[in-house]
Amino acid sequence: MMPAVPKIGLLKGLALTLKTMMTPSTTAQYPHVKPDLPPRTRGVIALMEENCTVCMLCARECPDWCIYIDSRKETVPAPGGGGRMRTRNTLDRFAIDFALCMYCGICVDVCPFDALFWSPEFEYSTYSIRELTHEREQLRRWMDTVPPPPPLETGAETPGEIETGLEKAHKEAEAQMAALLAAQQPAAGDEAAGGGGAATTAVEEEPHVEAQVDQEVYDQLTADGVAERVARAKAKAAYVRRERARIKAERAAQG
Amino acid sequence: MTETTDAMLSQPGGANVLPGPPGESMLVEVRGEGELSTQDMTLNIGPQHPATHGVLRIVIDLDGERIARATPVIGYMHRGFEKLAEARDYRQIIALVNRHDWLSSFCNEMGVVLAVERMMELEVPERADWIRVLMCEWTRILNHLMFVGSFGLELGAITPVFFAFREREDIQHLMESATGGRLHFTYNRVGGLKEDLPRGFLAASEQMVRNVRMRAQEYRDLLQGNEIFIARTRDVGVLDPQTAVSYGVTGPPLHATGVGEDSRVTEPYSKYGSINVPVPVGTNGDSYDRFMILVDRIDASLDIIEQVLGSIPSGPVNVKLPKVVKAPEGAIYVRTENPLGQGGYYLVSDGRKNPWRLKMRTPSFNNIAMVPHLLEGALLSDMIAVLGSVFFVVGDVDR
Amino acid sequence: MESLASTGLLWLDLLLKVVAVVGFFLVVPLVAGYIEHKGLAHMQDRLGPMEAMPHGVGQLIADGIKFIQKEDIIPDAADRWVFALAPGVALVPAIVILTVVPLGPGVFAENLDVGIFFALAVSSVSVIGLLMAGWASANKYSLMGGLRAAAQLIAYELPLVLGAAAVVLQAETLSLVGIVEQQFAFTAFGIPVPYAVPHAIGLALFFVAALAELNRPPFDMPIADSELIAGHMTEYTGLRYAFFMLTEYAGMVVLAALATVLFLGGWYIWPGIAYPAGWPVWLTAIVATGVSVGKIMTLVFLMVWLRATFPRLREDQLQRMSWLVMIPLGLFNIIVIAIAKVVA
Repeated sequence: MMPAVPKIGLLKGLALTLKTMMTPSTTAQYPHVKPDLPPRTRGVIALMEENCTVCMLCARECPDWCIYIDSRKETVPAPGGGGRMRTRNTLDRFAIDFALCMYCGICVDVCPFDALFWSPEFEYSTYSIRELTHEREQLRRWMDTVPPPPPLETGAETPGEIETGLEKAHKEAEAQMAALLAAQQPAAGDEAAGGGGAATTAVEEEPHVEAQVDQEVYDQLTADGVAERVARAKAKAAYVRRERARIKAERAAQG
Repeated sequence: MTETTDAMLSQPGGANVLPGPPGESMLVEVRGEGELSTQDMTLNIGPQHPATHGVLRIVIDLDGERIARATPVIGYMHRGFEKLAEARDYRQIIALVNRHDWLSSFCNEMGVVLAVERMMELEVPERADWIRVLMCEWTRILNHLMFVGSFGLELGAITPVFFAFREREDIQHLMESATGGRLHFTYNRVGGLKEDLPRGFLAASEQMVRNVRMRAQEYRDLLQGNEIFIARTRDVGVLDPQTAVSYGVTGPPLHATGVGEDSRVTEPYSKYGSINVPVPVGTNGDSYDRFMILVDRIDASLDIIEQVLGSIPSGPVNVKLPKVVKAPEGAIYVRTENPLGQGGYYLVSDGRKNPWRLKMRTPSFNNIAMVPHLLEGALLSDMIAVLGSVFFVVGDVDR
Repeated sequence: MESLASTGLLWLDLLLKVVAVVGFFLVVPLVAGYIEHKGLAHMQDRLGPMEAMPHGVGQLIADGIKFIQKEDIIPDAADRWVFALAPGVALVPAIVILTVVPLGPGVFAENLDVGIFFALAVSSVSVIGLLMAGWASANKYSLMGGLRAAAQLIAYELPLVLGAAAVVLQAETLSLVGIVEQQFAFTAFGIPVPYAVPHAIGLALFFVAALAELNRPPFDMPIADSELIAGHMTEYTGLRYAFFMLTEYAGMVVLAALATVLFLGGWYIWPGIAYPAGWPVWLTAIVATGVSVGKIMTLVFLMVWLRATFPRLREDQLQRMSWLVMIPLGLFNIIVIAIAKVVA
């Protein structure tokens, strides 16, 4: 039965809706405003081709079998000349059918070579379902949108790879510290410290060189069939190494 | 009308009513003989209907505005989960079982993972156990918020649903920062969790607990004392405890009748044995009680989360598993308290990496079974109040 | 008082009045609709229409264009002519009532001596439109919606009339313009107040009955969209559906206008405060219309507020409330006013 006079219950409801009307609303006007997505968001899967060794674990573990991989075996001469020919897996086709994908992340988990990553990119809808099968070029492009992983909560164990890296960095820092202390010895001990001089020069500062692409190395690598990004990175590394060696030689000649 | 119907009508004593295919004109049942005969109308609610949560079909025999008989027809959303599970290994099954009760995804995963761990006698690290409880309770709050909103919507209160979904969005954003997904988390693994929480998660959790507590008060303001709401739900769809237990009803509908059976208390799993689990219980068993239990359970889950937030130790969150996870031969039944009721997994393994049989006991299946009992003799508008208060997800009913 | 549009020539009079009424009818319900979109949205913690013109001002115009270009579908089993005419039968009474509603001194189409009687009589014709729609749709949901609507509208006609009748008793005239003038001169214990003060019960009855007449929440059981999809409007698409929607918004404006005239003092800011005699006629008319429309939109906002907050009543609770609560209150109200009128 409906009472004749509205009691407090009805009025409380009215007061709440009026109060909500007065406060600014929480709507974010997409597409004018992009959503603020956390780094682990499972938007799309990106492929780092350079890391993929075509082990096919991802295709095997996928619950929907939505990863299509084609590969062939190539033989390349052994690095460093001599010896038998090495066989290498080459990736012909790597496609993920996002119409089937259920975004479970098992492929990303299972890849032993860190070739698959999650990216928060979600605006890739198409007009035809066939276009939802993305090939490796698009998957490689999506790597540019992959954010770095967030730091873990206090109390969490550090992951294995980071632990080994940290240990190595610790060791290097200790070695530097020891060398610096040795260099602080008074100048009178110079002769005696000659034996330690070799140690000091070993930790002399690396000259800073602006990275540029060494065109010869780059051309040679591209002719070998290496991917463009990798070739560029290697060419830059080669350039920097050469320049540093040159500068060090100059310093040694001067000093 | 068809010939069969004419043949049926010509029989003495009236005919039986069969649910007809949608679109066919009414099939009638003629009761009584001669001048006193009346005609019932058969109304098909669903499978496409705004009031049923998903593709549920209810065939109703109406006598004017009163329901003489109601028959739910289920199976429109059967996806063959149990068969699919036989062809997938245990990590893939976690990704699948997210999806039968899509509103309580983490709790579903818990059931499967607990079954495998118990069979393999695997020790889960402490930190992982506590974080699992935390995630379970957040999922429970997500689920209950959804039903708080939709129940008001079906009765005509169009505002609480937006408030409930605003809270859901905030909590889903929190869960997304940890698991990567907003609805299907796939965060459990056999032996622990997939990875640890991101920095700031526990502080954000604390803040969210305060927010949701404040907002739960708003739902009470809007609906609890509202005379119209009370008039629509009080003494509507009253369920007595004996019938509820005989149908196997669990979860909020059972607690509303006064029976406080909760698997977290009677058979504690994970870390539920080490904390205090409040179980709100109702008195009447009507729709109003079922609804108010939901809001009370949100508060109860918030209490549990506060207890957990102060107790998470440091350490690893998963164990080193063999390359291929194989459960040893045998069978096991695991009961968990899913947000909608008691969920069970019966896992039979023959030693391989796929289960031999994975049978799911889903709470919504039994909760729907009592709908015909509740609807007999009710008015058509009460049907909406009753259906909305039974709390089911059709994916859970049909798997 | 004569209408402002009274030139000497009949045909010019007619043309001006028709244009004015139809123009008002096409514009003001859209403003009411905009208030509903934005008001509901902000009460639900969201923004509402924002894309169609800045801040969504053009949303209802866009909706209108969308409805006009839709395919006209009539179900096979439907009764063609009844189906096609039903929206018109529901809509036309709203326009007709607008001819007698005064918004300012001279700002009306006709000053009928039986103004309020005419308005209430015409408003009950739209019930037939709803019944026609429900029956002709050949759809069980529509039929049930139509029957519920008919029962509800009949039940709530009486409180509407009783609330208005008390005002007529107070003002001693049936003419709407006359009621406003009487209200202007009304004082209760020496203080000039609008009729809302002594007729508080009557205002409440009129407002609640108006909500029920319009099938607005909390009385929207006939079109309860979680049960009956859209009740009698289920099978309608395109322009016919737009007509039903326009009936609802125009009805909101019309009944709010009637409530303003009867209870809230009409176009005067407050009884006793006249517009300066020195003002030209057009200025008084514009300011007075503004005051009127302001009051109308406040009542419309109140209707939107109630929609956002309350669940809907079941139809038997609805009927019980009308027959057992509101009609006795209305009769009681009339008795009290009659006694007060004789004593004071």
